[in-house]
Amino acid sequence: MLKFYRPALLACGLVLLWQFVVWLSGSPPYILPGPLPVVKAIISHFPVLMGHLKTTFIEIVFGLIIGIFLGISSALTMTVLPRLRFWMLPLLVISQAIPVFALAPVLVLWMGYGMASKVAMTVLIIFFPVCSSFYYGMQRISPDLLELARIMNGSRPAVLRYIIIPSALPSFASGVRVAAAVAPIGAIVGEWVGSSSGLGFYMLHANGRMQIDVMFAALAILSFSSLMLYFFIDYSLNRLVFWEATQEVSDAI
Amino acid sequence: MAEQGIVFTDVSLAFGGHVLFQKLSFSLAPGSCTCLLGPSGCGKSTILKLIAGNPELDFSGTILCAGHGKKAGKTAWMAQQDLLLPWLNVQDNVLLGAKLRGRFNIEKCSKAQQLLEQAGLGRVMQSLPATLSGGMRQRVALLRTLMEEREIILMDEPFSALDALTRFTLQDLSAQLTRGATVLLVTHDPMEALRMANRILVLGGDPVEIQNDIILQGSPPRSVDDAEVVKRYPQLLALLMLEQGPPC
Repeated sequence: MLKFYRPALLACGLVLLWQFVVWLSGSPPYILPGPLPVVKAIISHFPVLMGHLKTTFIEIVFGLIIGIFLGISSALTMTVLPRLRFWMLPLLVISQAIPVFALAPVLVLWMGYGMASKVAMTVLIIFFPVCSSFYYGMQRISPDLLELARIMNGSRPAVLRYIIIPSALPSFASGVRVAAAVAPIGAIVGEWVGSSSGLGFYMLHANGRMQIDVMFAALAILSFSSLMLYFFIDYSLNRLVFWEATQEVSDAI
Repeated sequence: MAEQGIVFTDVSLAFGGHVLFQKLSFSLAPGSCTCLLGPSGCGKSTILKLIAGNPELDFSGTILCAGHGKKAGKTAWMAQQDLLLPWLNVQDNVLLGAKLRGRFNIEKCSKAQQLLEQAGLGRVMQSLPATLSGGMRQRVALLRTLMEEREIILMDEPFSALDALTRFTLQDLSAQLTRGATVLLVTHDPMEALRMANRILVLGGDPVEIQNDIILQGSPPRSVDDAEVVKRYPQLLALLMLEQGPPC
């Protein structure tokens, strides 16, 4: 039963802590509003907030879909075509070495103030964790399994399908979890740099008008929907790698 | 006769400057079970890898399997780890070879089901390997090896990770089901060799050579109180002690 109540208990605890900090520091509402004004702001600005959430959510979801697709394709290409690997691996590292935030203004300049630049930011952020986790998952396959497949005279596509890809799925799943957690960053940063809708835009907008409670309301809505998205993806991934029993590591240590 | 089984002629192999085999020659009759015994690191598993055609081993000499130099499609391999794929159910694991070769059909499927029933695994056909005990998993691995229908079956300490009773029943099942195939079984257990084999080769020395070649009477699986087993066990144990060297 505790399993079901735990998220609610945690949320209550965090809200109480928040209220406690407000009370302790005596911060004015234009620096740190308490939970109650923020809830009021959520209620009063609900339709507007939902409109902006829709924009941000679409950006995140499209970014995730495209980023995961590109990550899978690149990892598979490097596995199937070893010669290309030596050219692609440095590119992968370079793609990660450039701070994506620094690219945001350039992307907005090239792709405009619409959704495309935000989707591109999200794709850039999640491509690396997805691609590298899937690729290294396929590299770490047990040599004995490959030897078994070789002795069985398996065809390359069949070995890929029945052995190599499934054995890399648990690793891929952890890459996608990371991607789901960081995807909102891409969309929000993109919106900060230049946009006319989205929760990131609305936060800056509210900040400029000293509506700090509205800013926190947007932040709360963003956090809540990011969490929901993460839990949905986590649930789907657990279904995908159904054979991975969730073992309690702490029990073994 | 030797043309059909396994023939090693002047096989030499070195690992990083250390000579493992120097002109090793032997031949194994078709349709019989041969056990390789010897101290660890004496190259028992390497002999299996050579027969399986492992591309990483650069040897000289010739190795013929069932009359061919080309090993592809001649051998089936069973290892100490069951190597079952956790995402496939028991039946699909048994059919793995057929799936990998794209030769999966109804006949293969019904043969797998028949084998599973025969091995007492009929009830767990649709279960995932994670739900089975170690003995059951190794039984599935044995059936997967048999489903390959190869002339030569290579077994690398297949029962060594099991408890004594499970090992005993699996030895019986394996001896029954592999009858007629050319089996090469690597083991470190002299009792297993005596129960399972038609012939025992004891390896040892540096470079490794065949120290003893023992032909056993009667057909496997032998019971533990079989006259041949009772007579040979102390002898074999003494021989292995000698090969192992003094305890350190």
